[in-house]
Amino acid sequence: MAKKNSKNWLLIPIIALIYLLVFVAEKVAGTSSMLVTVLEKGAIYALIAVSLNLLNGFTGLFSLGQAGFMLVGAYTYAVLTIPMAKRAAVYQYYNGGCITFTVPFIIAIILGGLLAAAFAALIGFPVLRLKSDYLAIATLGFAEIARALVQFDGLGPITNGSNLLKTYPTYKTVMFPFCAAGICIAIILLLIHSTYGRAFKAIRDDEIAAEAMGINLFRHKELSFVISSFFAGVGGALLAMYQGTLQANAFKSSMTYEILLIVVIGGMGSVSGSVIASFLFIACSEWWLRFLDAEQFIWGIKVPLLRSGFRMVVFAVVIMLIVLFYSRGIMGDREISIDRIIKKFSKKKGATK
Amino acid sequence: MFQRILPYLLAGISVGGQYALIAVGYTMVYGILRLINFAHGDIFTAAGFFMVYLTASGMPMYFSIPLVVILTVLLGFTVERVAYKPLRSAPRMSIMISAIGVSYLLQHLMWYITGGLTKQYPTIPWISDTVTVLGASTRRVTIITPFLVAALVVALVALIKKTKIGMAMRAVSRDFETAQLMGIKINNVISTTFIIGSALAAVGSFLFFSNYTAVSPPAGAMPGLKAFVAAVFGGIGSIPGAVFGALIIGICENFIKSVGYANFSDAFTFALLIVVLLFKPTGLFGEKTSEKV
Repeated sequence: MAKKNSKNWLLIPIIALIYLLVFVAEKVAGTSSMLVTVLEKGAIYALIAVSLNLLNGFTGLFSLGQAGFMLVGAYTYAVLTIPMAKRAAVYQYYNGGCITFTVPFIIAIILGGLLAAAFAALIGFPVLRLKSDYLAIATLGFAEIARALVQFDGLGPITNGSNLLKTYPTYKTVMFPFCAAGICIAIILLLIHSTYGRAFKAIRDDEIAAEAMGINLFRHKELSFVISSFFAGVGGALLAMYQGTLQANAFKSSMTYEILLIVVIGGMGSVSGSVIASFLFIACSEWWLRFLDAEQFIWGIKVPLLRSGFRMVVFAVVIMLIVLFYSRGIMGDREISIDRIIKKFSKKKGATK
Repeated sequence: MFQRILPYLLAGISVGGQYALIAVGYTMVYGILRLINFAHGDIFTAAGFFMVYLTASGMPMYFSIPLVVILTVLLGFTVERVAYKPLRSAPRMSIMISAIGVSYLLQHLMWYITGGLTKQYPTIPWISDTVTVLGASTRRVTIITPFLVAALVVALVALIKKTKIGMAMRAVSRDFETAQLMGIKINNVISTTFIIGSALAAVGSFLFFSNYTAVSPPAGAMPGLKAFVAAVFGGIGSIPGAVFGALIIGICENFIKSVGYANFSDAFTFALLIVVLLFKPTGLFGEKTSEKV
């Protein structure tokens, strides 16, 4: 794989520099600034988008269940980490709940991922035999079932029904989601470059041909589905930490749609594209386009259309334009590579000479 | 016993009928384009909002009802032309993503226009009146729905079986490319499909929102998905199948509500879907397809 004279090792110091910049930005801008908020949420969404990309972009399985797996991860995390002293207040309608232990938060995050993966393994058996559109709608259905179950009164002593979960530990610094997401994405990258990853890509490109080459279709699909769900669960747990409170109602299908759109904007089958698109998506929707929501006056004339909600309309139109006219997304199915950037620049220089 | 379950049965048939009208739109589009039109539920909601705003502008009912149908049809037609037509030769996944994008856009657009508020659906006189059937009091719309649905479906099946455009539709759904080679203008056929589907969704919205009376931007998403499940359950591409599936889902949902598990009525629909896909992936009335290399 590694060619001679490749300068791609430069990516490692660049990534380290980005982490350093994030660290400095937090110190300068303060933990509650818009920049840091965007960075936190962007990192979490990057992880979830990459996990969905592993399914949609690399294995060619069109799944719409990501919100369900995030829900499982987030709830596992929150339920297992609410301090004992505060349970009575949180579970006030259910006599303090029925779980009488807590686990350290790192273990709770991993357990969240594992439980999501277990659910995925369970529903993967029936669902993964389906063809593309049916798979999409069945996974979407699973997410809805998970949401209904969590809100079910009978499970109230565990999940607190449709009431808020709160007072569970959250992280103190933006570096935590950054490092967690970074490690997870690195693991996914390693997986994609392994023989398994190549088998996934073969399945994506042509199922029948892949099967003829001796790839066990079902086993690889199940593997991809379970791993993707594990990281979606971890991402859900991180999202719970980011939000500080948790309610099942937020994990609707529109959340999956948003993540899917991030993957599409970044480019199906490009990890770096998904990461870049996540930060852009979160920055645009939470920060840069905010001004569209406020009524503004220029020289005493009210600017038409600016009103609460306009931001998302503009945003959705931009997304539609990308989907229609730029459907390969930012990166297509390629990754960032220093070699190509250098090549591009040297070509440009050559052209101007 | 009968007296106790009758209201739920009536409500179930009525809701099922309303789902059926949406499901027909899904199943026709899927039959021809092989596309889950995720935006269909939002077009249905938009029809509800058209009615709210037209009535608020003081327009008489006999004028606004046809206008709502026309506006909804225009919306469906525009969505197809703008968002799906340019992607005709693209992979199927891109069209599905485009459909999700349209749904995202329509929901946010409706949120913007309404300011995110839930609007009261205007009372359509006569069909919103309360009537008593076999001792159970209900709105007249509940009684009308099954008959209206039956009439519309018979008309639709006749259209597909007997007319020239119906024949073209069947040809396109059988084989897209061959139909094109035979001189069928597939763009017209596809547009017609969207027009019929949107018109039925508009009729469905009159019935549905007369019953539930509150219209909010995400109101149509869930009925839309359920209608899609109904279409899959009945065998996607089959119109009688869609109606049958919708009725079953509507009735089951109301019985689940009647025994106090309202939370699970949505979950049940999807559980049913997964079970159907497991044992009979082509649905009850679906055609068998085989994979070609």
